[in-house]
Amino acid sequence: MDALEIARWQFGITTVYHFMMVPLTIGLGLVVAVIQALWYRTGKPEYLRMTKFWGKLFLINFIMGVATGIVQEFQFGMAWSEYSRFVGDVFGAPLALEALLAFFVESTFLGLWIFGWKQLKRGVHLACLWIAVIGSVFSAYFIIVANSWMQHPVGVEMINGRPVMTDAWAVFTNNTALVAVPHTLFGALAVAGAFLLGIAWYHLWRRRHDGIDTVDAVGRVIPGEAAIPGRDRADHAVWIRSLRIGAVVAMISFAGTAITGDLQGKLMFEQQPMKMAAAEAACHDGTGFSVLSVGNVGSKNCDDVVAVIEVPGILSFLAKGDFSTEVKGVNSLLDQYKADYGTHLPDNPIYGDRAGQEIQYVPVMEVTYWGFRMMIGFGGIAALAALVALWATRKGTVPASRGLMRVAVFGILAPFGANAAGWIFTEMGRQPFVVAPNPDPSGIDQVFMFTAAAVSPGVSAGELLTSLVVLTAVYAVLLVVEVRLLVKYIRGGVVSAMPELVHAPADENEDATGGGGPGKPGAGDDVLAFAY
Amino acid sequence: MELLPTIWFIVIAVLWTGYLFLEGFDLGVGMLMKGFARNNTERRVLLNTIGPVWDGNEVWLITAGAATFAAFPLWYASLFSALYLPLLLVLVALIFRAVAFEYRGKVDTPRWRARWDWAIALGSLVTAFGIGAALALSTTGLPLNANGDREGGPFAWFNAYAVLGGLAVVGFSLLHGLAFLALKTDGDVRHRARRWFVRLLPVLLLPMAGWAVSLQLLSGKAWTVAAVVAAVVAAAVAWAFARKGAEGRAFLSLGVFLLLGSASIFGAAFPVVLPSTLDPAFNLTISNASSSNYTLGLMSIVACIGLPLVLAYQAWTYWVFRRRVSAAHIPEAHSFLPAIAAKALAPKD
Ligand code: HDD
Ligand code: HEM
Ligand code: HEM
Repeated sequence: MDALEIARWQFGITTVYHFMMVPLTIGLGLVVAVIQALWYRTGKPEYLRMTKFWGKLFLINFIMGVATGIVQEFQFGMAWSEYSRFVGDVFGAPLALEALLAFFVESTFLGLWIFGWKQLKRGVHLACLWIAVIGSVFSAYFIIVANSWMQHPVGVEMINGRPVMTDAWAVFTNNTALVAVPHTLFGALAVAGAFLLGIAWYHLWRRRHDGIDTVDAVGRVIPGEAAIPGRDRADHAVWIRSLRIGAVVAMISFAGTAITGDLQGKLMFEQQPMKMAAAEAACHDGTGFSVLSVGNVGSKNCDDVVAVIEVPGILSFLAKGDFSTEVKGVNSLLDQYKADYGTHLPDNPIYGDRAGQEIQYVPVMEVTYWGFRMMIGFGGIAALAALVALWATRKGTVPASRGLMRVAVFGILAPFGANAAGWIFTEMGRQPFVVAPNPDPSGIDQVFMFTAAAVSPGVSAGELLTSLVVLTAVYAVLLVVEVRLLVKYIRGGVVSAMPELVHAPADENEDATGGGGPGKPGAGDDVLAFAY
Repeated sequence: MELLPTIWFIVIAVLWTGYLFLEGFDLGVGMLMKGFARNNTERRVLLNTIGPVWDGNEVWLITAGAATFAAFPLWYASLFSALYLPLLLVLVALIFRAVAFEYRGKVDTPRWRARWDWAIALGSLVTAFGIGAALALSTTGLPLNANGDREGGPFAWFNAYAVLGGLAVVGFSLLHGLAFLALKTDGDVRHRARRWFVRLLPVLLLPMAGWAVSLQLLSGKAWTVAAVVAAVVAAAVAWAFARKGAEGRAFLSLGVFLLLGSASIFGAAFPVVLPSTLDPAFNLTISNASSSNYTLGLMSIVACIGLPLVLAYQAWTYWVFRRRVSAAHIPEAHSFLPAIAAKALAPKD
């Protein structure tokens, strides 16, 4: 493998990995903030327990997002120095703003939230979480502005062969970003929804299995108590409420991704027509949306792709909003791209050994075609499952079936898969460009960069391979550690996040231990129990 | 001289100084987890002094990196790609360190804790060394060609300055960590930290002084030489305060030492941001490595609003958590059983 390929694998692996943690951070953060607000308003003990339990899992995951994010930040300079030199004037700004305006907020206020249960007044403590969560939404916005500029470069002029920012407003209100941000945020909420749903299902099932909860003749739940800390009646309320919140969040967020995704498709049709065609494995011009195409969807010249099931008109609807506009297929686009951007990489030293190679304008179609379908499919499945779950639990608990419980727990993975598929589709569909040219009137057509020119010329394949192996190994180890810890804390239930349930007489004062103000005798003495 | 690139050179120097000042003590406390802390309770005391703030401190590094990308893309690209392997090591160290803070207390067995303790101590050590080496090389130079790419293979950056810079930041961080512990803890840890501080100060600051002095020999200016002298005075003052038991003032004086030291270093390097050891014509300077005035102007406006805000709320955090931590504050480790095992313990009724 040459340096370019290794660098691409490395970027792909590390970002997809980072984006395993990110949606859970964003989605669960929002959910916990809402739940804590509910506790603040109502004072109900189950909301406090939910805040602490989901908050604990949130933190276990959050830290992995932090640890893997730094790799992303360094990687542009380390592995993609030529890219960084080319785009620095416009691309560095959103990254710097993200750090300055979002990361500081996130990390500082989350520190206050983790350690401030006793030091801060209840309202201030709640506000800290909200500020941190809003910080993470801002961080998503800034980084997607950067990413969207690679999909749709705007607001620049070419000066001495480099794009120079001339219109910051255009960069920060790039229409590509304005639809990608809500799409990604809804995608993150979908992850949180399935997470709540699956885990709450497990605990409700566990309570039935252990004989704590029973059902009456019509199947309505009779919550019980076991003489174990944390396994009382309030515990039942924790899980059924979590389950319902999770299911509703999963359904709403799928609707959100569908609406925003539709807008993205329409932009993509204008801005990156080849990506759209490749997503459909649509070789010839047409209007039909392929539900299933067979043959070698990956073949570069489209010779043997046959659409088996095709719904006429839908592709046009996705792209233009009507049912009759012809959408250009790969074959006619290919000629256009060759005419506009050449058939071979120029003989320029920045291409290294790759100078003069033929350019492959068609992205890997297996990836774009199936990536697009997996994104929608996994998201849709999760939403459908959420609907079924709401219906199945209408009488207050889950069916006693162990198999169904397993399905609910493994269903947690579906939205993760949808997110990964979405990014892989978006990023690989952009190839062979790292900065895609935009044939639409608002874009600036001569601003583009081939991925082949982006990699660091001074870095050897050996160095890149070393880092690929090291980072992948480290990530694999840490994934095992993280999942194990999550499982341990999930199985522990609410007490895993609330020492006060074990070490103090439970029900009466759990409310007070959670939120006592400063100045109470002993306040601050065990502040640290929540964290370290 | 161009105004905006000069301002941004100063901003980046400030960000690095802020990083060294803030993360300096949490890297130091991290290293002190081994060797200084004597038992698990003491380790938890150490961790809890930096618990609420270390992540916020680390963002100074991210901001310094990202601001370099935005303001001087050529500097960012050349420095980070030339130092590929050492920065990889720093990344791995940062990853393990961050995860270790959060995960150490999550399982209550000595083996688990011991592993993460090593991750914290080594992670802090490697980070401090690597960042120090990178900063030193950015002031003394790398073998860069006309395009700004490294010549001479993966280890061409290695030289005495890299070692000196690495030791400088390790030494400073250790001392700063001791000063911080003396300020933030009580009881045995506090007194021991102060004793160590007084005893070790000259040794730990020596490499930093060596780096500053050698840079003066390379490219010093009158005012930067004066800053070195003033820094030495500040170190002596810190020492005197610590001896008297004025921990807060010792901590602040050490901060003044850092401020003067880094002013002398960045000031001597100016206006070169990254010299080429192959040919001075390939030097990256504030004029040939910077972004356009439009970008720098935009960033200036945002920084003028953003940076004071950051300083304000971070200062507030330190105020909220101003109490000293001592062994008496450390609660029992929290252990719990999975719901499944709990079933077996439940009384049958
Ligand atoms: C849609 C959201 C999103 C996307 C596409 C990315 N990230 Fe991220 N990132 C986050 C959303 C996020 C976050 C939710 O804000 C995190 C997760 C945990 C955290 O602290 O913030 C985060 C953490 C995080 C951190 C650590 C911050 C800290 O220490 O507090 C860095 C340096 C980055 N990211 C950098 C990047 C880069 C350079 C990316 C592009 C390749 C990237 N992230 C993609
Ligand atoms: C976190 C979500 C993201 C995921 C999962 C993701 C995924 C990927 C994948 C799979 C690739 C490899 C594509 C290929 O080699 O064919 C890639 C490449 C790349 N992406 Fe992303 N990406 C994400 C966000 C971003 C963002 C926010 C940026 C910019 C700020 C970005 C910039 C790049 C760059 C520079 C490359 C390397 C060049 C290339 O191979 O295309 N990515 N990404
Ligand atoms: C009917 C449903 C959906 C449609 C029509 C849709 C459409 C799209 C389109 C067109 C893109 C590519 C944008 C581009 O490259 O310019 C995209 C990207 C993406 N999708 Fe979806 N999507 C849907 C559902 C989902 C679901 C359920 C998830 C996650 C749970 C998801 C997560 C993502 C992500 C993470 C990206 C990459 C980031 C971005 O460009 O926003 N999508 N989607």
